[in-house]
Amino acid sequence: MTEPRHEPTPASGPPQVSAPPQASATHQAPETQPVDQLQDGALPLPSRGPAEDAPLAALSIRGLAKRFGEKIAVDGVSLEVPAGSFYGMVGPNGAGKTTTLSMATGLLRPDFGTALVHGVDVWARPLEAKKLMGVLPDGVRLFDRLTGEQLVTYSGLLRGMDRDVVGSRVSELLAALDLQADAGTLVVDYSAGMTKKIALASALIHAPRLLVLDEPFESVDPVSASNIRGILESYVASGGTVIVSSHVMDLVQRMCSHVAVVAGGRVLAAGSVDEVRNGSTLEERFVQLVGGGHRTEGLEWLRTF
Amino acid sequence: MVAHLLNLKWRLLLNGFKRSPWQLVGMALGLLYALGVLSLLIGGLIALRWADAEIAHTVVVLGGAATVLGWAIIPLVASAADMTLDPARFTTFAIPPRQLLAGLALAGFIGIPGLATLLAALGTVGTWWRSVPAVAGAFLGAILGALTCIVLSKVVTTATAGLASSRRFKDLSSIIVFIPLMLLGPIMVGIVDGVRGSADYLPVLARTVSWTPLGAAWSLGGDLESGNLGAAGLKFLISAATIAGLLLCWHILLQRALVTPPYSGGSARKGGKLGLFALLPGTPAGAVAARALIYWMKDPRYAASLVIVPLFPVIFFFSGSQSGSYGLLMLLGPLTAFMMAWSICADVSYDNTAFALHLAAGVRGIDDRLGRALACLAISLPVVLVFTVGPLFVTGDWQWLPNLLGLSLGTLFTGLGLSSVISARYNIAVPLPGDSPFKKPPGNVAQTLAVQAVGMGVLALLLVPELALVAVQAFSGGPEAGWVNLVVGPLLGVILFVLGVRLGGKWLDARGPEMFAQLSVNR
Repeated sequence: MTEPRHEPTPASGPPQVSAPPQASATHQAPETQPVDQLQDGALPLPSRGPAEDAPLAALSIRGLAKRFGEKIAVDGVSLEVPAGSFYGMVGPNGAGKTTTLSMATGLLRPDFGTALVHGVDVWARPLEAKKLMGVLPDGVRLFDRLTGEQLVTYSGLLRGMDRDVVGSRVSELLAALDLQADAGTLVVDYSAGMTKKIALASALIHAPRLLVLDEPFESVDPVSASNIRGILESYVASGGTVIVSSHVMDLVQRMCSHVAVVAGGRVLAAGSVDEVRNGSTLEERFVQLVGGGHRTEGLEWLRTF
Repeated sequence: MVAHLLNLKWRLLLNGFKRSPWQLVGMALGLLYALGVLSLLIGGLIALRWADAEIAHTVVVLGGAATVLGWAIIPLVASAADMTLDPARFTTFAIPPRQLLAGLALAGFIGIPGLATLLAALGTVGTWWRSVPAVAGAFLGAILGALTCIVLSKVVTTATAGLASSRRFKDLSSIIVFIPLMLLGPIMVGIVDGVRGSADYLPVLARTVSWTPLGAAWSLGGDLESGNLGAAGLKFLISAATIAGLLLCWHILLQRALVTPPYSGGSARKGGKLGLFALLPGTPAGAVAARALIYWMKDPRYAASLVIVPLFPVIFFFSGSQSGSYGLLMLLGPLTAFMMAWSICADVSYDNTAFALHLAAGVRGIDDRLGRALACLAISLPVVLVFTVGPLFVTGDWQWLPNLLGLSLGTLFTGLGLSSVISARYNIAVPLPGDSPFKKPPGNVAQTLAVQAVGMGVLALLLVPELALVAVQAFSGGPEAGWVNLVVGPLLGVILFVLGVRLGGKWLDARGPEMFAQLSVNR
């Protein structure tokens, strides 16, 4: 009762030329700070992209756009996430971070644009691309009537992994994330931080080459956060690639090698952290880029008690 | 402050209507139904005006007492307490407790159940439209009685808030409450028989109850009509004291609840028990089946549909024993097969956004479909076999066995195949994970009904061969058609099952993200 999979073999020759980027026809290329920008108006020739593209980018987002009714949530986002980088994505609420990451991971079909994971088109060859990725989506439920241990096991078996391998990895992951004591508790009874950690474990179980984590540190306590950071840093050190979205500038500045500032569905700046912050702190640069920050005026009554 | 709270409740009620026109239509239908029941009730109470005073007193007191009990119990078991003005939401506003209590109590009357209770209570004024003191007493009693209902329900919900917020209690109560609901018919008949047998006893019971907090208020009109001034005075004191006592309890409970929010954590448990994940094959489809089976046991929304399964034969047997013919009992197997196969139509909708894991992990559609269908099959196949063969022990129509088996198995497999297709494409409005199976689901109910209706039509078409063979035996009387059905039913069923799983898998592969987008709307 199984169906043969009709998928081309992984790109060993020239990477597939994806569908013509209609995005460029309707969307102006965003005014990106010229750091790590892809020429997304031109025909996509992935192997001959910008200079640092020579080792294939772990994640290559080209002209992704999505509209929900009247609202344009993502307006032509292009990003190159180099393999082996720790990439931060920062932006105010409603900037389109989650929408962009959903489209890049195959959870939300984009109106325009493509996403390539190590050269594999997420929307043309989804099953293959998803094997390379570990995803921690934000704001989705888990199968929370399973115990933590069962959930991570489930996640491994769903990807067709061998049961013994899954078993040994699950216990290592639970130990690394300090969840051993609650391994047999139903996930529905977990705290918010524990839930985040068990979801992260589910994303790590198949040893993906790219990790896409949406708000991984939200509601996680400081000890666990530094735990997770350690895991991610050694993962990057051994050649993996991580992309995280976050509100916490400090964390991104300390942790990430690269950063993209996103607002209003566009990329305002992207590149290595030092390039983007350009001498000032990331937070200052962020406020400067995104605008706002007129917080000294008004609210005088708040000082009168 | 009290006016503010009343205004707030009113505004919340109105804004609830504003969310979508469909909601308005639904509410209008509900309102119409409530109005119908209410006008019948009030009409009945007014008609009692011409009945014997003793009978009127009995009816009003017992009915009133039952209403008070209902207000205490129903919010608890149905987890349907009206929490729009949850006191916990007012913790950060320094509202004086007396005003908070008064406001919350009065706000309890704004809303359909509160208003209906108040109006029905005022209907007793019509019952005692016999003399001025009786009318005055009935009016006072109605107000006191309705107030008792509201405050008692507040006390009960506040007292059990900690209990009710624990997941285990919620899971259990939402399943257990199905049992009396399903057995409503037999229970009603039992009660009616009991009442018929003890008609003389009821007035005595009413007189006794009228001296308790449950019935004291409802008794005022009757006592004043029959001139028992002393009794009426005492009962007024009892009901007033009841309300005062309840208010005091509520006050104390609220103050305690406001500073100690309920703790809902369980104790930590070590791992090492993979359960079904260790038993079923370690393939994607096997994992999906293991997960689905665990959910059939542990998620109250699934478990509730399992709990009612053993009640089916009870109901069928009961209706058979009422009518004297057990012919309907023979349909038990096919009907159960249909119910259980149909239930996984909503499988992906039950997952809600947890479906993201399947999508992100790149599970092939066919593995997803197959796992879910096999989990349902593992539970329903033995049940359907037992329910098909079992009734024949009662009826003795053994010549029907092959035909019924064919029909049941055909229905089960065909239904599973069709459900696999439907749940791959259409999102069905179901209660959210963790909600009570009774809770009104969010989402597009109209689309759900349309999908269900069309789906059942398609199922009927797919089952035409099996149904025709049943008809042939019914007309010809010979068992030959039955033996044909025993072959045709399972064979055709399994073919359609395979086709359904494949087609559903293909659809899910193509439209997984769209399905997920639909699911994310209702979260």
